[in-house]
Amino acid sequence: MSVITIERKVLEKNDVLAGQNRALLEKHGIFAINVVSSPGAGKTSLLERTLEHLAGRLSVAVIEGDVQTDFDARRVARYNVPAVQIVTAGGCHLEANLVHDALANIDLANVRLLIIENVGNLVCPSNYDLGEALKVVVASTTEGDDKPLKYPGMFRNSSVLIINKIDLLPYVNCSIAALRANALRINPSLAVFETSCTTGAGIPAWCDWLIARTGGAAV
Amino acid sequence: MHELSIAQSIAEIVLQHIPVKEGVSVRSVRLTLGAMAGVVPDSLEFCFSAIAEGTPLEGAHLEIEHVPLTAHCNSCGADGEIEPTLFACGRCGGTSLHVLSGREMQVRDIEIEEHEGVR
Repeated sequence: MSVITIERKVLEKNDVLAGQNRALLEKHGIFAINVVSSPGAGKTSLLERTLEHLAGRLSVAVIEGDVQTDFDARRVARYNVPAVQIVTAGGCHLEANLVHDALANIDLANVRLLIIENVGNLVCPSNYDLGEALKVVVASTTEGDDKPLKYPGMFRNSSVLIINKIDLLPYVNCSIAALRANALRINPSLAVFETSCTTGAGIPAWCDWLIARTGGAAV
Repeated sequence: MHELSIAQSIAEIVLQHIPVKEGVSVRSVRLTLGAMAGVVPDSLEFCFSAIAEGTPLEGAHLEIEHVPLTAHCNSCGADGEIEPTLFACGRCGGTSLHVLSGREMQVRDIEIEEHEGVR
């Protein structure tokens, strides 16, 4: 019997590919965000409002990740932006190689902002770097205010928190103050936005932040 | 259930390190796993044994070394273990922390056996 030393990161292959994605995106001056949340938090609705608000102000491309169906890519395509659907066929998260293949189907020369909508899941996607500049975690008021404490990995790894469905606050058992405090406890450097995709509240502030991060408006 | 894809990555890495010849089997795989790695050990073991079937990894034992979440506190300067659901310094309660460990997921080493005369 013999021992062989390996000392290699389990996800090294993903990390290498993510590095290649990042280099490709940087070469084209594209700011890429990886949007994560539990299922039903409103990622696609947020994306639709964002595209609506950014229309004519910023050129955006979208990569949609779903376990099944291309419903989300069809929703997004209505906004006349390049959208590529990745169907993971059971996979609970996007991996860098899937994004790598999706990028090959987008004309990157004309894109300033890439929005990657991950599969709805607050656990698995936190391990997989896709090559994004930062992660945006969406938590909706209907999920309660203790999600950050239950899924600290995701909140720790994200740079932005969007508290969505604030129009439902009168009807749900959720305190925005507690949700904020819990999230900032896990990650004090989180930028926090409060939005409603139904009323449109908070969408302009979020979009202004995106425009600022992409280096100013350019279509 | 990303444990399946993590088990696949582990198997791929291990298979790159064992001698390419008949009669080699892997007895154990030693893995470090951080408390914040987001991996359920039981689920990983189950997936790994399923992936290993019919390969030199069949029957290999997954030895998991757990790495606690530790951090340096920017308020009081203490280094120590952190409860992942509290995310606060155990000494002063400060929440401005620089994480030192807890996200590891690494294949450390393997034990292999070579069976003579097996074809």
